[in-house]
Order: sequence, then C-alpha cells, then structure tokens
Amino acid sequence: MAEAQVAAQSVRSQDLSGTRMITCVEAGIEALREEMKRDPAIFYLGQGIGPRGGNFQQTRGLWAEFGDERLRDTPIAELAQTGLGIGAAMAGSRPVVDIVFLGFTLEALSLIIQQASTIHYVSNGKIKLPVVIRAAMGGAHGSGPHHSHTFYSFFMHIPGLKVVVPATPYDVKGLLKTSLRENNPVIFLEHMALYNTKGPVPSEEYTVPFGEAVVRRPGKDVTLVAVSMMVSHALEAAEILDRQGISVEVIDPRTVVPLDKAAILRSVAKTGRLAMADEAYASCGFAAEVAAIVAEEALYELDAPVRRICALPAPHAFSPALDSYLRPSAKRIVDEVTAMMNA
Amino acid sequence: MIPSTELVLSLYRTMIQIREFELKARELLHMGKLPAFIHVYVGEEAIAAGVSAQLRPDDYVLSTHRGHGHAVAKGIPLRELMAELRGVAGGCNGGRGGTMHIYEPGVGFLGTNGVVAPGIPMAAGAALSAKLRKSGQVAVAFFGDGAVNNGAFHEGINMASTWELPAVFVCENNLYATEMRFNRATKNINVASRGAAYNMPGVQVDGNDVLAVYETAGEAIDRARQGGGPTLIECLTYRWFGHHEGDPGTSYRPKEEIDSWKNRDPVKKLREQSLASSWADATAFEEIEAEVTRAVEEAAAFALASPEPQLATALDHVFSS
Repeated sequence: MAEAQVAAQSVRSQDLSGTRMITCVEAGIEALREEMKRDPAIFYLGQGIGPRGGNFQQTRGLWAEFGDERLRDTPIAELAQTGLGIGAAMAGSRPVVDIVFLGFTLEALSLIIQQASTIHYVSNGKIKLPVVIRAAMGGAHGSGPHHSHTFYSFFMHIPGLKVVVPATPYDVKGLLKTSLRENNPVIFLEHMALYNTKGPVPSEEYTVPFGEAVVRRPGKDVTLVAVSMMVSHALEAAEILDRQGISVEVIDPRTVVPLDKAAILRSVAKTGRLAMADEAYASCGFAAEVAAIVAEEALYELDAPVRRICALPAPHAFSPALDSYLRPSAKRIVDEVTAMMNA
Repeated sequence: MIPSTELVLSLYRTMIQIREFELKARELLHMGKLPAFIHVYVGEEAIAAGVSAQLRPDDYVLSTHRGHGHAVAKGIPLRELMAELRGVAGGCNGGRGGTMHIYEPGVGFLGTNGVVAPGIPMAAGAALSAKLRKSGQVAVAFFGDGAVNNGAFHEGINMASTWELPAVFVCENNLYATEMRFNRATKNINVASRGAAYNMPGVQVDGNDVLAVYETAGEAIDRARQGGGPTLIECLTYRWFGHHEGDPGTSYRPKEEIDSWKNRDPVKKLREQSLASSWADATAFEEIEAEVTRAVEEAAAFALASPEPQLATALDHVFSS
C-alpha cells in the first residue's frame, strides 16, 4: 500500500511531459492573476510591486490589469505593511503582503508572531486571518548577510502559521493558489535563485494541497528530504550517487507546516537511512525537526545515524566563494551521503 | 454644544458602565477571583464613551492593553467581558484571550492588545479593507502616549494618511507610559502637532470632557467616512490607578497631581454640567446608576459561575478550516 502510494506520487510528479514550460515567476503571476480575477477580496501590498512589477518581476503585468487599488506600492515600512495586511484580513479582505526579501520579515516579525498567528485562536475562532506573507529567500551570489537568509524554520516554530516552500513552477502556482484560498496566515517563501528556472505548468486550472509531499526521485538506500532550492541539489547529488551504486529517494514536503510526516516515515521505513539537505542552519531548524520526528516515530527503522546537511553556522558571506562553501551543494550532499553509507 | 437629554444619558450610561465594570474587576482581582493582572481605565471613560457614541456597530475599533473601556463602549456584553477577564468558558472568547486579547467582530471590536502600538497599522488595514470594499466603515485605533514614540505609530499613520484611509487615531495621553512621564520620553509633548508630520489634521481635546470628545470625534469620523482621510486626536487625560493592578502608581506620580486629576472626574463633570444646564435631571442619572450597578453585579455573578474551558478544546482554533 505504502509502496503503491509513493509510486503513484512520483508518477504524478513526472506526468507533465509535453506541458508548456514557464518560470517560477510566471507561475506565481498566473496564480495571482487567476485568483485575483476569481476573488475581489484579494489585494497585494508590497514594495515596487506596482508599475515596476516587483523586484524579481514577480507581479509583472498585474498592476496594468488590476490597478492601483489592488496592487499597492508601499513605503519601505515592513511593520506597517504587515500590520495593514493583518488588519485588512481581520476585516474580511485577503491581502498578500510581499516583503520581497525574507530577511526583512524581521522588521515585521512581531506583527506576524504576536498578532497574525494568535488572533484566530485567542478570539476562539471568531476572527479569520487570511493573509499571505510572501518573500524570497536564499542567496544569489554576492547578496551578503542581509539579503540571503533562509530561516523559514523560524515560522515552523510558531503554531498558527502555515509555511510553504515550493521548489518548482508547478508547485509555485498550485501552492500559491491554495494559499490565496486559505483562511490562515501563510508564509510563502520562494527561493530567489529559482525565480527564473523553468518547469512544466499545465494551462488548466489546478491547485496543490498543503501537507502533501512529493517523491522527486524514488530510491531504496537513503531517504533525502529537501525543500526549495535544495531539491535540485538533492536530485543532482542523487544522480551522481546512483552512478556510485547508492540509490537515493528524494522527498520534497513542499509545505513544512503542515508537514507530510507520513511520506517521510514511509520512505524511511523502506530505506532505513535519513539525510536532510537544508539551506537553513542545522540548529533548531527544519532538518532538526525531521530528525526528531523520525527519532520519535521510526527510530528502529534506522540502520544508520541521521545526517543533517545544512548551511554552515556563520552569517552569509558576501564573497561568492565563501557563500557557496557555506551553503550545502550537490557535492557536499554526495560526500555526506557517501560517508553515511560507508560509516 | 447643547446636547439632547438622550445623548447625555447615553454617554453617562456608557461611562458609568465602564467605571463600575472596572471597579468590580479590580475588586474581583484583589479577591483572587481573576487571574493575572489588569490595566484599569478609570479616569479615562469619557474618551471611549465619546468616540464610540459616534461609531456605527460595524465600524472597527482596535484597542490597547487598557482596553476594557473600549470593549464596553463598543457593545460587548458586560457578562461576557467579565467572564473573559476571568478566563472562563462564558467569556466572549471562551477565556482564550483575556484582558489584553479581547475580540468581538460582531460589534466591530478587533481586539485589545498586549503589545503597544500595533493596533495603529492594524486599524489602518481595517480601514483599507473598508475602503476597498466601499463599505463606508471607519476604523478607530486607540493608543496611549506610550505608543507615539514607537515606530508602528509613525509607519501606520503615515500610510493611513498617504492612502487617505477612513481611520481615526485616538491618543489617550495620560501622561505616563507605564512609569515614564511623557516629557521624559519625547521633546515634542504635543501629540496633536505630530499630525502635521503626516499632513493629517491633528486635534487636541480635553479627554475628561465627554461632550468635547464626542464632538471632536464626530467631525473626524464623518470626515473619514466621507473619504476625507484620517485624523489624529489627542485626548488629555489621566489614569486614577497604577499602570496595572499591583502598581500603586504613586512612586512616579506626585499625590497632588493624582488628586487634581481626580477632581476633574469625567463622570462627575457630565453629571454636574447636565444638572446645572437642565439637560437631564437627577432621577434619570440615579436610575442609570442603579441599573448599571445591577448589571455589573450580574456580570460578576455570571463570570464567577462560568465553568473553566474544556481542556479537550485546548488545541481547537489554532488554524481555521
């Protein structure tokens, strides 16, 4: 049964051959356009998202279509921008708050954690908070410490927030559409190095549900959990490892809250080994959480200690050489999984 | 202004409700019947009463840590409010929120708040929603002098002004942010003057004169509703008690200052002014007082009799479906 489900999921993820290819940016714009047409309650707040079309072109064309009222350029005031989004959501609107860079959500963290995540609960369910906080994470070369963060796991720690970390254009579109229909605060984080990567995206209407992992590559020796940018590094590493006779199963949870624990546990039951490729830091991070879940629920399935392949614990360096060294690469994944197999 | 008898009695009823409610809450707290601590609004009743009397039921209010008065004035039933302060199932939020996290969207009440100043941008957001929906609603943020030196104040009212949102920002300047006297916290102690920084009307009013507050708020709310943008109103007032129950409020405030403000009691002021001007007679005030006393007693009894929340519900409502 479990095997069949995994197989079915991996088939579904590969079922898109012959479909048109678009970028993550284009997929996000399509999701926004379709949902904004469908639901007049949706509007978009952000810096440079109007006529300029977004720092990453992530709203290109939408201002011309929906106008100033629904594509609202804000001052550089993330706290107020987020506070306005939360207040508007409390009053029945469905705002998207585009913070542009993940690092700048820190300016608004009190609003997200103290207000957005708590209000539905403490109001005893009387108030809904349908707000999407969107930002780009990860590094492009030379971004330095302020623009390169990947701390999506901060938000996992807080009950009341859903956290979405798509890796493909297909998932950007499907998950953003789902986010825009959610009645909860959603932290929607795209990787800036993925924005212009292409992938198959059907023209037909679809959504991707939260909490459903996808098997990016089936394998039998090691379960490798990865999200966002790390999915492509994991797949590249899996290809190399395959030539060395190590069969790696790559699991992409796509949303880390809710997290598809069952998919990870199913895979670990099959492979007996767990590694995580995570661009965030190891300490208290997503990889640590997955390791803890497997330790609690499937320790005796493991044939080897788990392995966290994470960003090294230093601020993001400006030097492209240092920055690349600090972040997990396909090569590091290969080395660590090989070491794990040989231990 | 010459107010109608109906208006006078209505404002008086709201102020007396707030005062009696707060004194009862204080009494229950000191008896150990309420958990945690509360921030009492006694002395500032004219502001909540005067502003709220100008609001529609569907207008929004975002309040503060000292927010019971705003909740009463916006129309949350006293019994549900007292039960919420006790953290029990009969509270308007089932006891999940408590004093600083009270929500009742049915009367437009979008929360008291344990954090200083976020209600300002959040009110701007509710106003933005109203503007986009063309609903004609107005959002009011109440906040203290402690909020106006916080970044959220600047960021929030700047955006409200820039986008001409239907919002009103009401500063309840009671001279102390916890124990910090306002003139030690800023070089510009005229909050109303800060409106100019955002090209927004700024008005200062005697916050202990309910009719003055009513009139000033009415102009601001009408302007907001008609698309004329937001207003900053500074209400000069004073809290009779400490910052929270447990703080006597006397180590940083001179006794003469406290006494002089108690002599400017907003409740007494309206009553005396009305009697002197024959806007209403003593019997009418006494009837309201008796009625409110009964209602507050009944609210306390309801709160004390209300059961604890069911533990099985502890994880309900973390997420909405």
